[in-house]
Amino acid sequence: MATDPGIARIDALMTRASGDEKHDPSTRSTLDVLWVLYDRVLRFDPAQPRSEDRDRFLLSKGHGPLALYAILAAKGFFAADELDRFLTWDGILGGHPDRNRVPGIEVSTGSLGHGFPMAVGVTLALKAKGSDRRVFVLIGDGEANEGSVWETALLAGSLELPRLTAILVDNGSSTRPLGDVAARFAAFGWRAATVEATDHDRIETELRAQDASRPSMVVVRYDGGTG
Amino acid sequence: MRLQMRHTLNDLFAADPRLVMVLADISAGYFDEAVDAFPDRVINVGIMEQTAVSVAAGFALEGFIPVFHSITPFAVERPFEQWKDDFGYQGLGGNVISIGASYDYGSDGYTHHGPADVAILLTVPGMEIVVPGTAAEFDTLFRQAYADGAPTYFRLSAEPNGADRPVAFGRLEVVRVGTAGVLIAVGPMLDRVLEAAAGLDVTVAYCTTVAPFDGDGLRRISAPGADGARRVAVVEPFASGTLTDTIMTALRPNSVQLEAIGVPRVVISRYGSPAEHDAALGLDASGIRDRLSAWLAGTEAP
Repeated sequence: MATDPGIARIDALMTRASGDEKHDPSTRSTLDVLWVLYDRVLRFDPAQPRSEDRDRFLLSKGHGPLALYAILAAKGFFAADELDRFLTWDGILGGHPDRNRVPGIEVSTGSLGHGFPMAVGVTLALKAKGSDRRVFVLIGDGEANEGSVWETALLAGSLELPRLTAILVDNGSSTRPLGDVAARFAAFGWRAATVEATDHDRIETELRAQDASRPSMVVVRYDGGTG
Repeated sequence: MRLQMRHTLNDLFAADPRLVMVLADISAGYFDEAVDAFPDRVINVGIMEQTAVSVAAGFALEGFIPVFHSITPFAVERPFEQWKDDFGYQGLGGNVISIGASYDYGSDGYTHHGPADVAILLTVPGMEIVVPGTAAEFDTLFRQAYADGAPTYFRLSAEPNGADRPVAFGRLEVVRVGTAGVLIAVGPMLDRVLEAAAGLDVTVAYCTTVAPFDGDGLRRISAPGADGARRVAVVEPFASGTLTDTIMTALRPNSVQLEAIGVPRVVISRYGSPAEHDAALGLDASGIRDRLSAWLAGTEAP
């Protein structure tokens, strides 16, 4: 990870925040894919965080949002000083993100299994608007124990949603073995691939890839700890 | 009322391009033509109510006005956390229309009953709750409230009142005036309340918007008695006591002698018609009359 100067910068920003140790592996497991997403793929304007012309990113796995906060700060959505107030009364950055308080946060999450189906709703809404913007959503392997995740896998896999890309970060947190997650999503009708968290070029390739009609699932394997 | 939902929604789909319907199989056949006419705005996701409510929230995030519909336990209780988090806490507007009020599906057993729906939705900040008494009242109230930016619950009943009233969203309507106290009839309870209150010297008020409750209207029609207390009875088509805090808060700081008559907190294990359930639970006109007489006399109900 240290070979990417961007990652090192986000790591440094993350050290400004403290107090959420229980979510530490949870947030570090998302760092690589989120950095690649925001640095190379996602279209956004931090000066207009609700611009109609933006791509949408929803952190369904609201646990451990610190990596996302640090990236949003690095990209200019809010001042990095906010990281000093992480988890404090006077700050805006909580243990689970609030879309009404944090610029760049699309959806308030924390209760698992909510953001994934909301991303499907956002994708359907953009389709109804005639928008060509893309929707990315990140879920965790532990979150994939929730029934609504598989309801959504079934639903989205049966709809023509090529602009929806789900990212499942697999850091070994699932109480029940998930097996080959990509194969499971492929069985539901998704374009699916598995990449290693440290392989940033491959992550970029898979995040950029779109099927003509199907939604995409990118499984990101992370070996740095569970949570 | 269920058929009116079909007519009202299908009419509005053409008029309001912001309107979206998310279905979970229930009543899907009512919207076949809408699916053909507006395939991007009318979607039947299948039997997955939690996902359905979150999908509706996704539409709301993009500025649409979603409507979700199902039978009460599946529209409210199963996806309650989605209503709380995805709509209430995030400040999103949307609508849920239920059928199967309390025990309208009386012969289907307790899995299809839902008398606690309004009580649990009242805990969601900003949630609006509408309980129309007739099909026409649903049409009026839906058109007034569906696009107001709040999450709004429309509770439809299969046991409507016989006549339409001139209802308005958020307003308590005075049906008749008396001096001994105020009797609030909620939605489809009005007809049996009027029958039960025949000859009693009470004001009867008709409530079709439970939240936001018309507290000003109640204060205007409820005068304190000689002991300084206001005497109020409420007849609820849902769990007994659901509106107790609402009424007490509206009349604060006055003391209130309150009688709450609604569905008792019991396991309803018999099968039968809504009328049979009403009679067994003391919610037919006779049972309500007994409770009201005791309330006015200051005695225990038989």
